[in-house]
Amino acid sequence: MKFDTPATENPIDQLKVVGKPTSRIEGPLKTSGTAPYAYERHDAVPNQAYGFIVGSAIAKGRIASMDLAEAKAAPGVLAIVTAASAGMLGKGDFNTARLLGGPEIQHYHQAIAIVVAESFEQARAAAGLVRVQYTRDKGNFDLASSLDGAIKPPAFFGTEPDSSFGDFDAAFASAPVKLDEHYTTPDHSHAMMEPHASIASWDGDKLTLWTSNQMIAWSVGDVAKTLGIPRENVRLVSPYIGGGFGAKLFVRADAILAALGARAAGRPVKVALPRPLIANNTTHRPATIQRIRLGATSDGKLTSIGHESWSGDLKGGGPETAVGQTRLLYAAPHRMTAMRLAVLDLPEGNAMRAPGEAPGLMALEIAIDEMAEKLGMDPVAFRILNDTQVDPEKPERKFSQRQLNECLRIGADKFGWAARNPKPGLTRDGRWLVGTGVAAAFRNNLNEKSAARVRLDRAGRVIVETDMTDIGTGSYTIIAQTAAEMLGVPLDQVEVRLGDSLFPVSAGSGGQWGANSSTAGVYAACAKLRTAIAQKLGLDPAKATFANGKVSAGGKSIALARAAADGEVVAEDMMEYGDLAQTFQQSTFGAHFVEAAVDAATGEIRLRRMLAVCAAGRILNPKAARSQVIGAMTMGAGAALMEELAVDKRFGFFVNHDLAGYEVPVHADIPSQDVIFLDEVDPTTSPMKAKGVGELGICGVAAAVANAVYHATGIRVRNYPVTLDKLIDRLPAIA
Amino acid sequence: MKSFTYERVDTPAAATAGFARTPGARFIAGGTNLLDLMKLEIETPAHLIDVSRLKLDTIEPTSDGGLRIGAMVRNTDLAADARIRRDYGLVSRALVAGASGQLRNKATTAGNLLQRTRCPYFYDTNQPCNKRRPGSGCAAIGGFSRLHAVVGASEACIATHPSDMAVAMQALDAMVETVDKAGKTRRIALADLYRAPGSTPHLETALAPGELITAVTLPKPVGGTHIYHKVRDRASYAFALISVGVVVQPDGSGRVALGGVGYKPWRVKAADAELPRGAKAATSALLAGAKTSHENAYKLPLVERTLAGVLAQAKG
Ligand SMILES: Cc1cc2nc3c(=O)[nH]c(=O)nc-3n(C[C@H](O)[C@H](O)[C@H](O)COP(=O)(O)OP(=O)(O)OC[C@H]3O[C@@H](n4cnc5c(N)ncnc54)[C@H](O)[C@@H]3O)c2cc1C
Ligand code: SF4
Repeated sequence: MKFDTPATENPIDQLKVVGKPTSRIEGPLKTSGTAPYAYERHDAVPNQAYGFIVGSAIAKGRIASMDLAEAKAAPGVLAIVTAASAGMLGKGDFNTARLLGGPEIQHYHQAIAIVVAESFEQARAAAGLVRVQYTRDKGNFDLASSLDGAIKPPAFFGTEPDSSFGDFDAAFASAPVKLDEHYTTPDHSHAMMEPHASIASWDGDKLTLWTSNQMIAWSVGDVAKTLGIPRENVRLVSPYIGGGFGAKLFVRADAILAALGARAAGRPVKVALPRPLIANNTTHRPATIQRIRLGATSDGKLTSIGHESWSGDLKGGGPETAVGQTRLLYAAPHRMTAMRLAVLDLPEGNAMRAPGEAPGLMALEIAIDEMAEKLGMDPVAFRILNDTQVDPEKPERKFSQRQLNECLRIGADKFGWAARNPKPGLTRDGRWLVGTGVAAAFRNNLNEKSAARVRLDRAGRVIVETDMTDIGTGSYTIIAQTAAEMLGVPLDQVEVRLGDSLFPVSAGSGGQWGANSSTAGVYAACAKLRTAIAQKLGLDPAKATFANGKVSAGGKSIALARAAADGEVVAEDMMEYGDLAQTFQQSTFGAHFVEAAVDAATGEIRLRRMLAVCAAGRILNPKAARSQVIGAMTMGAGAALMEELAVDKRFGFFVNHDLAGYEVPVHADIPSQDVIFLDEVDPTTSPMKAKGVGELGICGVAAAVANAVYHATGIRVRNYPVTLDKLIDRLPAIA
Repeated sequence: MKSFTYERVDTPAAATAGFARTPGARFIAGGTNLLDLMKLEIETPAHLIDVSRLKLDTIEPTSDGGLRIGAMVRNTDLAADARIRRDYGLVSRALVAGASGQLRNKATTAGNLLQRTRCPYFYDTNQPCNKRRPGSGCAAIGGFSRLHAVVGASEACIATHPSDMAVAMQALDAMVETVDKAGKTRRIALADLYRAPGSTPHLETALAPGELITAVTLPKPVGGTHIYHKVRDRASYAFALISVGVVVQPDGSGRVALGGVGYKPWRVKAADAELPRGAKAATSALLAGAKTSHENAYKLPLVERTLAGVLAQAKG
């Protein structure tokens, strides 16, 4: 099915199942610990051996020699694979560094060997006996000192590095009120609960990987490419994923080394990345240095917006696209953005929840707060005044839906913003300095083509198969809701099977495109199935309605199951997209409000209230969507207050590479959270009229926190995370 | 993790005898620190002597009006004990500020005192670390040192001791009771249990190999207001950036100990004397001769400000 004109009324609009707050259909499996995650597929194949990965001890250089004798002789060891014994390996399209390093080392903890043994303990002990001599090369590990050498990168996933409109330089120079500041965001780790894990099993030249992966089709391709085998010989199975946030968009060392280990040992092999390896072995969100320049008239109209961002990556990598939202968020006749990329020898950077917008808004939304203050304006009013309903760089393009102002107004009202003292540093509650902050949320909408197969069986049950993944987001449930709505059956009559490369190729989970795209694919397959069913029952497909387990047309009403009386009815289809996303700018919007308290003595920061108001198309499952947003707000609080991979600029690695050192919020950090979704349907996105919320939820949160800390203390921190050591010298004197 | 042998013992004598039999052995109590270190091969004992079932799990009054806390009393039980809560509130407050409920259920009094540093370079066996591999250097000096010591450190090591409980016990003049391989018992002031790093940061305590901690004693209650303020970025489940434990009497006199600033809970008698004059004076005494890096210099004003806040709180 091709989606190339805005959706009109369709069966989804009945909203009997879609749009209802619905508990996850796979929830009981997860809460009872019986959902089989990759590493726990003990049942999948017999005789599994255990692999343990050895990571490089240096960041850059070469392996001078490797002595495996002791490790090979250790109890239980079945095989050891290194680059020297692995044979020719390719590199996946989505990987920057090779997944098995050696002799050249490209980054710290790059995998250099897998040790396979009878037990996990034996594999781990033997891995400790692999003796490696390295020759270190000098590396470049410091973004701040690499700005001069940074280059203009090629377009990255369709995003051009530079944009300009009007005459920024002249407009900024002559602006009556100006802001010109630098902001920094650190490297972030995804820190999902489930580590990367895979079980690999060969049957002749055919490989099956039970793994934890967000993008099945991409990853089948990259496994095949890396191992140099045909893609048809690779099967990936990934029905349950314990969080990914982008870390599992790609094939990582667990999958490739499990496959190599299994080949060498002649047995299935299971591998999980140990937590201390993950930060440096896998991808991370790259640090940024950002410069923002804003010019405005004295009555608060922005005349010029400039946003530049520098980030680093290994050679061949890409930039963190931190300026993307600035091209679209506020009106101003003169604008420029630019991204520059430095070559760093740190582990490879890549997507993490709302890549681009998350760090970009961390900077931009502080700058907007600062500018409002310079203008003596309320920051909510300032944002509303500078709203735009068209793409500011292409004014002929309208936003398909844009309710940013409504989000801000409703949020301000609900949060009690009017009672705020505009002057910072004046509100006290005992030992606490109290402040409130606001930020806009923005995340682009993406639609990706997505296919599904739907079966109606003799019992009248509907079975959906697609390689879509559920990374904890609720894909199972919204897909079941979609099929139930389309075919007029209750939710418990639908079975959803996900995450298997044997199923039709879906959009996968990334870029918050999953919900709308994958359900649109299921919609397409269900529409086809409806036609097949109606025909089978001798009803006019154009007139047939599906409700209460019956198909009705022309005064006749027949039980759905009858269509499958002599065998399953099966339909498969894919939703593809025309150019509506070019005609309209499709984006999701929100506003975050935060109240923070700062201990006047110690500078400790504790949040008191958080509110998000989101406008993101039709909300398919308000319960799951709310979970997504409160989880994202939590992650945003982490980015604001504690998350930072500490770079050792001498040795070139992230030092705090475990969950004791890399702090993410715990329950005690997170106060009462509220989420409001505005009523919205966006007919330009798909027949589902939906968009995504999973990434929107994090966008802007950290800036709202930083702005609240400023309002509490009068201290502006432009370098994340906002920690007490950055406040301590400027807090009010103590008695 | 290296393979090891294991025995479980019922009496302190059996524990120390086991040690005498198998050099390179380690006592294991709750295992919440030792096992993590073994998995990373930071500790590689050939033999484990499980002391967790020793009958050293009671809290008894001493003849001088204090309490004797058995070495195997769990952190949870110690924090919840009515006498501790009434008379030694600092200990209870410090304990519940540490780790998590699950960990405190396992962690023991002796194990808590002997937990090792959380220096991230100590935890990465690829990195130079004099404490882990004597003579290899100290990666934290000149590296990521935001969490590290500002007093008592050396050119060889700037690690801090991470225990919260020990800070409270230090403020209360706790004594550690031990028995050695020969069956000889002794009492060591907690203040003397930890060794300054000097040029041998791998030697951390005054205990002889195989010397078993059997109890910690607290002298008779000192009264006053007990406050433990642990400062951290994350509201819970994080080690202290710094911590301040005070006991303040109605006349303003009292005592103060710090966590997160040195290789041991930091107490300076002269600082106690300065307390009535306020946080600035007491901090000058506590942190005299402090040496900081660019990354941990914030600890100096932070100690003073935290102490000021705590003293204000004590006044009510
Ligand atoms: C995630 C995490 C967070 C934590 N957070 C905090 C925190 O915020 N604050 C804090 O203070 N602590 C914290 N801890 C540390 C925790 O308090 C210690 O791990 C615990 O107290 C150690 O006690 P244990 O009985 O488990 O010791 P074990 O791990 O069994 O032993 C520790 C050491 O003591 C030795 N030992 C044990 N018993 C004896 C004995 N009787 N005589 C001689 N030697 C002995 C062992 O040989 C070993 O060297 C945390 C730990 C973890 C894992
Ligand atoms: S501070 Fe001490 S523990 Fe840390 S690296 Fe240096 S020597 Fe090792």
